This record gives sequence, C-alpha cells and structure tokens, in this order.
Amino acid sequence: MTNSSKNIDVRNWYLSGFKDFESKLNGESESYLHLIRKLAFEKLGNTEFPTMKNEEWKYTNVNPVLETNYIPAFISEKTVITADDVNERIYTGFDCYKMVFINGEYSEELSDMENLPEGVTAGSIRKLLKEQPEIVEKYIGKNLYKENAFNLLNSAYATDGIFVHAAKGVVVEKPIQVVYINGSKDQNLLITPRNIFAADENAEFSVITNHSGIEGKSYFTNIVTEGFLQKDAKIKVYKLQNEADNAYHIERAEVDLKETSIFSHYNITFGGSLVRNDINTELNGEYCESNLYGLYFGSTDQHIDNHSLVKHMSPNCESNELYKGILDDSSRGVFNGKIYVRKDAQKTNAYQSNKTILLSDDARIDTKPQLEIYADDVKCSHGATIGHLDDTAYFYIISRGVPAELAKSMLIRAFVDDVVGKINIEPLREQINHQIFEHLHRVEI
Amino acid sequence: MIKIKDLHASVEGKEILRGINLEVKEGEVHAIMGPNGSGKSTLANILAGNEAFEITGGSVEYVGKDLLDMTPEDRAREGVFLAFQYPIEIPGITNATFLKTAINEIRKYHGGEEITAKEFMAMIRNKAEILGMSDSMINRYVNVGFSGGEKKRNEIMQLLMLDPKLALLDETDSGLDIDALKVVSEGVNKFRSEKNAVILVTHYQRLLNYIVPDYVHVLSKGRIIKSGGKELALELEEKGYDWIKSEQLEENPA
Repeated sequence: MTNSSKNIDVRNWYLSGFKDFESKLNGESESYLHLIRKLAFEKLGNTEFPTMKNEEWKYTNVNPVLETNYIPAFISEKTVITADDVNERIYTGFDCYKMVFINGEYSEELSDMENLPEGVTAGSIRKLLKEQPEIVEKYIGKNLYKENAFNLLNSAYATDGIFVHAAKGVVVEKPIQVVYINGSKDQNLLITPRNIFAADENAEFSVITNHSGIEGKSYFTNIVTEGFLQKDAKIKVYKLQNEADNAYHIERAEVDLKETSIFSHYNITFGGSLVRNDINTELNGEYCESNLYGLYFGSTDQHIDNHSLVKHMSPNCESNELYKGILDDSSRGVFNGKIYVRKDAQKTNAYQSNKTILLSDDARIDTKPQLEIYADDVKCSHGATIGHLDDTAYFYIISRGVPAELAKSMLIRAFVDDVVGKINIEPLREQINHQIFEHLHRVEI
Repeated sequence: MIKIKDLHASVEGKEILRGINLEVKEGEVHAIMGPNGSGKSTLANILAGNEAFEITGGSVEYVGKDLLDMTPEDRAREGVFLAFQYPIEIPGITNATFLKTAINEIRKYHGGEEITAKEFMAMIRNKAEILGMSDSMINRYVNVGFSGGEKKRNEIMQLLMLDPKLALLDETDSGLDIDALKVVSEGVNKFRSEKNAVILVTHYQRLLNYIVPDYVHVLSKGRIIKSGGKELALELEEKGYDWIKSEQLEENPA
C-alpha cells in the first residue's frame, strides 16, 4: 500500500467512526467541547497525517501509527483496573494528590483528590465540563494554533483529561500525580487525553503525569495539553512516560506565559515504540522563564522524537533547555529545538543544549538546534554533542577496582545527573535513577 | 615488587616508551623525572592498565604475576593504584559510594567481607583529618566542583582508603600551592611502609623535598638515561634537563 493511500484509509477509518462515537455521547453532544470536536472532525477531513517530506517530521516516519485502525477508547470495551494495578505504577515516597485515568477516562474510585486547598479546581475535565463548564471553556482550545492531523484527531475524539486551575495566590504544596493506565488485552485503542493546566496570578502547582501501559494489544496515546500562566505564576510538569513497548505516544503541549511567570517541564521518556513530543512555550510578558528539561532512554528499536519551540515574544525573558539521552541497541532519537526571538524581545537570554550518548553502533540520533533571532540585544547559545561513554572517565573508575559494567553504570548516572538533579522531589529522583538502569538493562548503582 | 623489562609502548603509531628497565622493591620510593613528553606519565598509565597506549614489547612482573596480562580492575584489586594527573569528575556518585564500591570490590576479590558502614565512616573520617578535608566532602560527588588542589587531595584520600601495594603518583604536585603540597606529601608519607612501594612521576624537584625518594630516574625520549639517589634530583634542579642530555651525548656519541 502506498503512503498516501494509507494516509487516506486511516483518516477514513477515524472519520467514519465519528458518527458512532457521537451517538454515544448522550447529553455531552451539547457541550462546548463538542463544538471543538465537530470543528476538528471537519478539518481532519482535509488534513493529511504528516509525512517525512514535512520538515517538522523529517526524521520520524509515522506510518507504523497509521497501519492499525485504533478504536476510540470511549466506545471500546472497558478495561478493568484495580487499586493494585495503580499501586504497582505510582511513584511513591512523597505526599501527593492522585488522579487515575484508565484509557484516558477518569476513575473516581481509584483517584484521591481530597482536601485540595480552597481556590483549586482539579479533576476530570469531563466531569468539570458538566459541573462548571464556564471555567473549562475559558481555556480549552485557546492555545492551539497550527494543528496537525494528530492534534485534530485528539480534538475530534477527546472526552476526558486533566484539569487543574489554581486561583490567584493559591499555592498547592503537594504535587498532583496523574496515573494513566493504558491499553487493552483485546482491542487496539486510541486514547486521547485532553489536559489543561492554568495558574492565576501568584498561584503555584506541580503535576506529575505518569503514563503507563498494560501488556496487550498495541495502543495509541495521542495527547493535547494546554498551559496558562498568569503574572508570577509557577507551574511544574513532570512527565514520566512508561508506556507499553508496543504503544505509540504523541503529545503536543502549548504553554502561554505572562510576565514574571515560570514554567518548568521535565520530560522523561522510557516507554513506547514510537514517541513524539512537541513541547512549546510562548513567553508573552516580560521577565518570564521557560525551563525545558528532558531525558530519553532508548533500547531495542524505540524511536523517540522530541521537538520544542520556545517563542520569546517579550523583552527580558529567559529560557533554558537541556535535553539528554542515552540510546542503546538499534534505538533512534530525534531532537529538534527551536528558539525564536521576536524583534522587540530585547535582552533575551536563551540557552539550549542537547547531548546524546550512543551505547551501540546501531543506535542513532538526529539533532537539529534552530535559532531564529530578530532582536539584536540578546544572549543565545545552543549546542549539541553526540558521543560514547568517556574512555578516560571509564579508565579512572575501573582503575579503582570497580567492575566494567558497574563503571559504565556510574558513567550513565554521571551523564544524566544534571537533568535528574533538577527534579526537586527526592524520592522521585531515586525512582527515576532506578528506572534508567532497569530500562537500559544495566547494573544499578 | 615490580620488575619492568625492556618495556616499549606507543600511541597512534608513535613510540613513546623505548625500552624501560626498572625494578622497585617493597619499602622503596622511586621518583621518575623528565621533561615534558619524555614518557613518564605514559609509564604510570600503562602500569595501571590504560588501554589508550599500545604495548609493543617487554614485560612487567608484579608480585610474581604478569601485570600486562591483567585487566585494570584486577590490577587495582591486586594493589596497583594510580593517582591521576587530571582526576575525573563523576556527578551523581558521591565519594562515599565510590570508595565503598571500590573497597568492597577489592575485598570481594580477596574473598573478604564487605566493609560495614561504621568501619567505613571511621576510616574515612580518619583519612579526611590527615588530609585536612572536611567530613562534608564524603557526601559530595566525586571531584565535582573541587578546585585543582582539592582534586589532588582527593586522589590521596583514595590512596589512603584503598591502601594499595604499589602507588603510582602521576604529577601529583602539579597545580598545588605550597600548603597543599605539604598536606598531600604528608598523606603520601603516612602511606609509606615496608610493605608497599611508590613510583612518583614529576617534572619538578619541589615535591621531593617533602616525599624523599630512595632512587631518582631521569626519563628522556622513552628511556631511563640516568639513575641515582635523591641527590640526583637536586642536581637536575640546578643544572636543568639539558645537562643530562648533553652528558648522554658525550657518553654515547652518535
């Protein structure tokens, strides 16, 4: 089958399923979200899934994602998930609020959102659309521009997701941990979480999104996340992606920052067969800060593509980006980070770095830093390195009697330390360190 | 303890050691001096097992075993220690984890028990005191954020903790001010005993005021061209390396 006919076939599959999906929405077909769905559905009819001819998808072939006719999870048979299943997956050792989504649908009974501070609205976006539609409608879809077919597919089939809003001056001390459990033993599922993170003036919160899968059929997680930070707000998002080996995972995140706000994103990829993240921030006020940190660990034939766009629209802002990866076996990585500085965004400080270690001859990374600067008084730097574990450092460690395999693990830990060290929840750091060695099949140190 | 016979080595096809002969016995300190590029650091690195160099001839017998046939890890476990000229930073790994791992691996090799936390802490506190290091360094990452002098001090800390049979000190004095030099030397002198030996590689005589060697060897272009007692170092300091080179020329006219 040719690529273009596959492209048409899969779109026809999703388009033809829409009527059935719509008929099962019951009262929800009157909601604001449904207007978004219908609009997206119409646009999807005229929008092709991206191919490698598209500059933004040059190194990522999405054909494997288009080969299967995934069934929207909302109309699929339900997967039974128990509290034990959640406990196996949740990051522990610290206090947190807990939201659980099974194939993208919120589970009230498995979640624990008790005792949220006053002024915080957090929970299932579907439920909140019924109970407090005005607060959700204020944000949903407001930050999405230039949607591609995947984003449209999310919009067309989105029914649920995370909603967190903190009102002016409210600081949520405990992080909110969101456990996604995805997949089915019998059906190929399309899972379409739709997330909103919004912090009003001086408000602060942290969210840990913990994406996990069950052993079974291949599934496709296709997420859209929108972030809104008002003056002096702070949001931290820790994305810990542990999807099943045979899963596809695509997320598009668009974050809008107003003056003196700080957005920090920690994007850690372990799972998934094909992974694509688009993490975009737009600095729309003076003195705001965008921090994008990432780690990616590839083994077997995983394909992990991280794209980012940091748009400096106002003067005196700072952006930091540090992405590091370790690729083993025949895994493949892509990094494409773009920094855009508008003409009047003077006194911009923008830093970007991408470093990758290849542990095998068959592993590969395509890295492409891009600067597009129209202001003249800016400090911007970017750099990319690709290498192997440092021979001299390796010799130093084994010359102390440390066995070769353990020495390599020490070097891996040393390599990722500056990114892992930025996560200020210590038990989470320890669990991530553990996962790194487990995922790369290496001795733990 | 160690017998080096006609050792030849090269890197990227360029011969750096061109027939080294040296014997070091228990209780001895040998200083290897020489101008830059003479091969002295190469010698120290080769003995510790650095694979960046290719051995093209000769043999090294260490405590009755073929040293060149052993992996770097096994050399360390058999008691060879190299204090690096440029110690490496290892973020994410604390000095305590690093040393404890090394000590336990060495003990395991000899069929011993793992070190207890209590024993380890007592030992590290004791060594830190000798070297004027604070306890807090124990939980810092290996050499991360350390000054040049602190890194050298940390090498000697590792030396004292691992307590090897043969210590190879590669330009341990470089980059040290006089106070740090004294502290580091004191550490090495505390280490010296009738059971171990030291080969120290240095460009300058200065270090030898504090660590007094039994023998001094001058290395030039990959060969030991002169050996003598500690007074040879002073003579070198006074007359410079050119003095020996010209003396050599007279002895071995081309």
